[in-house]
Amino acid sequence: MKVYLARRVLQSLLVLLGVSFVVFGILFLTGDPALVLMPPDATLEDIETFRRVNGFDRPFFVQYGRFLYGALRGDFGQSIRHGEPAFDLVMERMPATFELSGAALLIALCLAIPAGILSAVRRNTIVDYISTVVALLGQSMPTFWLGIMLILLFSVQWNFLPSSGRGEWQHMVLPAVTLGLFTTARITRLTRSGMLEVLNQDYIRTARAKGVANPPVVWKHALKNAAIPIVTIVGIELGTLLGGSVITETIFAWPGVGRLSVQAIYNRDYPVVQAAVFTLSATFVLVNLFVDLLYTYLDPRIRLR
Amino acid sequence: MSAVVPAVAATDLAPLRPQWLVFLARLTRRRTALFGLVVMAIVILTSLAAPWISPFDPIEQDVTQRLKAPGERDPAGRLHPLGTDHLGRDLLARVIYGAQPALLVGFAAVVISGVLGMAAGLLGGYFGGWIDDVLMRLADIQLAFPFILLAIAVIGVLGASLQTIIIVIGVSSWVVYARVVRAAVFSLREREFVQAAQALGSRDVRVVLRHILPNALTPWLVVATLDMARVIVIESALSFLGLGVQPPTPTWGGMLADGRVYISTAWWLATFPGLAILVTVLGINLFGDGLRDTLDPRLKV
Repeated sequence: MKVYLARRVLQSLLVLLGVSFVVFGILFLTGDPALVLMPPDATLEDIETFRRVNGFDRPFFVQYGRFLYGALRGDFGQSIRHGEPAFDLVMERMPATFELSGAALLIALCLAIPAGILSAVRRNTIVDYISTVVALLGQSMPTFWLGIMLILLFSVQWNFLPSSGRGEWQHMVLPAVTLGLFTTARITRLTRSGMLEVLNQDYIRTARAKGVANPPVVWKHALKNAAIPIVTIVGIELGTLLGGSVITETIFAWPGVGRLSVQAIYNRDYPVVQAAVFTLSATFVLVNLFVDLLYTYLDPRIRLR
Repeated sequence: MSAVVPAVAATDLAPLRPQWLVFLARLTRRRTALFGLVVMAIVILTSLAAPWISPFDPIEQDVTQRLKAPGERDPAGRLHPLGTDHLGRDLLARVIYGAQPALLVGFAAVVISGVLGMAAGLLGGYFGGWIDDVLMRLADIQLAFPFILLAIAVIGVLGASLQTIIIVIGVSSWVVYARVVRAAVFSLREREFVQAAQALGSRDVRVVLRHILPNALTPWLVVATLDMARVIVIESALSFLGLGVQPPTPTWGGMLADGRVYISTAWWLATFPGLAILVTVLGINLFGDGLRDTLDPRLKV
């Protein structure tokens, strides 16, 4: 158990190191970070000075070392656009992104798990067909189109829900539904197939044979065993949600990290882009570390590995 | 299937061809898979035949005819079945032409990531050890990034163009392929025919390419199909954010971005390109699901 834990934590640290390297490397894609960071109309002297002042004339790994040292302390440099520390800008908007992702995940779980279970238990009935078709559509629908269609119906046509901003709970409905649909579809399909697999196992037949009623068989015996892949996908889906927030926040003008990053890319404000990419990735890595630790509770066999 | 196999071809192709036909028959017996196949075929044919079937030039502007509702005619009596956009361009023509960048990016990116992932999966799965460890850690790093965010950050630096988009999506989508191929190789390398080849003194390259790769192709193909759906959505998302193929080339995502601006006056602008994406992606997903269920129902992708 301790060995597993230590290995898992070490792996996560390694991944974070890799992430920091890629985030740093973004600036070097064109070969010259100074040209990426400076406005297009900067003079040659300006660029030369900038290079010297910011250490871009040093060897690559010295620069990376400095970047990493800064990143570990939450220092990604100043935002070119706002003149504030880039990391602070990202952290200010983190709660909004968490709120939206959390709401989307909550919607997804509340809809998907019952739908998936019902679909599996009532296999090949009308309930199953409807849930399967909805899940399939949800998985094929582009988030940004769904968002626009929801705005068209609920904000423009019926004037029922606000199409942008954050504040009241009404503001959250459309973005959360938009962001959550894909995840809902994924988890529904996974729950259904997981439950179907488990319901065919010998121990379920045994439970039924010894006279356990249907509800406890489904809820206690089957769901517990189908839960592991569901928990895995929830961890992974959080990545989808954090990434999807880039699009959803842009559509609904939701003041989170996703929208901040898109604006930062438009403004060529790369310190903010780096801080945002790093922070979101680190969040994802930490959540998945937590999910893996949760497994050891759900499935004690994993501890033996 | 009632197709008659020519007797001449039966001599050398006999073991191959019927197997292929049997597979196709099994696949098309699934109504959803058949539907997906038909949808895919229609979209592909439409994109290829765009210059001949499109009723208008997709980039020709006519400001006197802007924001016409679906079904309206211009003064010359020509019908705009899906209406026109804010620059008076025919929407149907743009939806038809929009299939080109979507499919091109989808296909090219899938080929790149498929080849990379196949190579990584074969290497890691066959040799194991530190090679496998390194590749799997690289996979973890890749997966740690919110995909769209990383893609737009990189494209923001490099500048948006067809090539950049294909390469960025292609290079950063290899992990799924690597994982399924690796898992297949793990079980294949213990099989008798592989061990026999090794015992006969075949070099590793030959064992991997001749004996393992053909058998790992099935899961790879399923992943490639389903991944194409994902790539098409990503291409549209990038165009939607203005970081895709640049105007005036019509892209479904770009049209959606225009439509969003006119959402309160011209509903058709955002509706139809989105429907095009939905139908295309749905078709590919249905076909991919059918492919998986026919080839290997236990495959979890």
